[in-house]
Amino acid sequence: MKCSEFLQELTNYLDGVMDAKTKSELEDHLSWCHNCYVVCDTTKKTIEIYRDSQLYELPDDLRTRLRSAIMAKCQARKKTGPREV
Amino acid sequence: MGAIQPKVSEPVSDELALVQAAKGGDVSAFEELVRRYDRNVFRIAQHITQNREDAEDVVQDAFLKAYSNLGQFQGQSKFYTWLVRIAVNEALMKLRRRRPERMVSLDEDVKTEEDSVPREVADWSPNPEQQYNQAELREILGRTIQGLPPGFRTVFVLRDVEGLSTEETAEALELSIPAVKSRLLRARLQLRERLNRYFKRRNGNGEILSAGGDGDQ
Repeated sequence: MKCSEFLQELTNYLDGVMDAKTKSELEDHLSWCHNCYVVCDTTKKTIEIYRDSQLYELPDDLRTRLRSAIMAKCQARKKTGPREV
Repeated sequence: MGAIQPKVSEPVSDELALVQAAKGGDVSAFEELVRRYDRNVFRIAQHITQNREDAEDVVQDAFLKAYSNLGQFQGQSKFYTWLVRIAVNEALMKLRRRRPERMVSLDEDVKTEEDSVPREVADWSPNPEQQYNQAELREILGRTIQGLPPGFRTVFVLRDVEGLSTEETAEALELSIPAVKSRLLRARLQLRERLNRYFKRRNGNGEILSAGGDGDQ
């Protein structure tokens, strides 16, 4: 397997969606190709860092304000009822 | 001859009951749905618009639109996937209004294939998160993801941050499954490349420790 082929399969590999034969070929490639090992490892870390980052959390006060605004508008709209299409 | 249909996840039963109640005029049932998903919708909106005020507007507009159009929701997919589709469309509309000189769509920049080829291969520090404090790390992550085209950013956020499946992401964005997979791969690789500059391991002299190996890339 070439590095370019490995890269094409990287997302499936990281998501664990592939057949056993392809997985074994990828892992064989990883065992000797240090560049692909590093790319795979740092891509995995990239995903984990974003997943754990709590980037753009909704602060409680803003959350309360937004929910009040949404529900007030829904109440107003309720007078005519949700639109049935 | 029918095409292969994307797999649709099992709807959550109590959620369907909430949707049914809301359809019947029970506003408190809809409030429960808002409570379940407002954080997710806010994160998605902020990631797409990269603007706090716009994200607040998107949260309000998306939930109001969902409420008004509950009659259209047939329950064949999860309520959340349907809501995400509405929120993504609202967020993209905000982007278009803000940048009227440039048409913004999920198809933007799909030709930047070369950006996904790893140019620099270096090991990262064992714990890159510990190199920076929380505020610095958020600044780095925010600035880095902001540099991705919206079409890549959105797929990455839905799949890797919000945890939607490939099928759900495809449905929410009205993209094919191969398109989602291709964009996700490129988004992940581009983010990795951009984060390299902050997280790569250096030796005592500040030099980058490049990977060795005999790969053919």
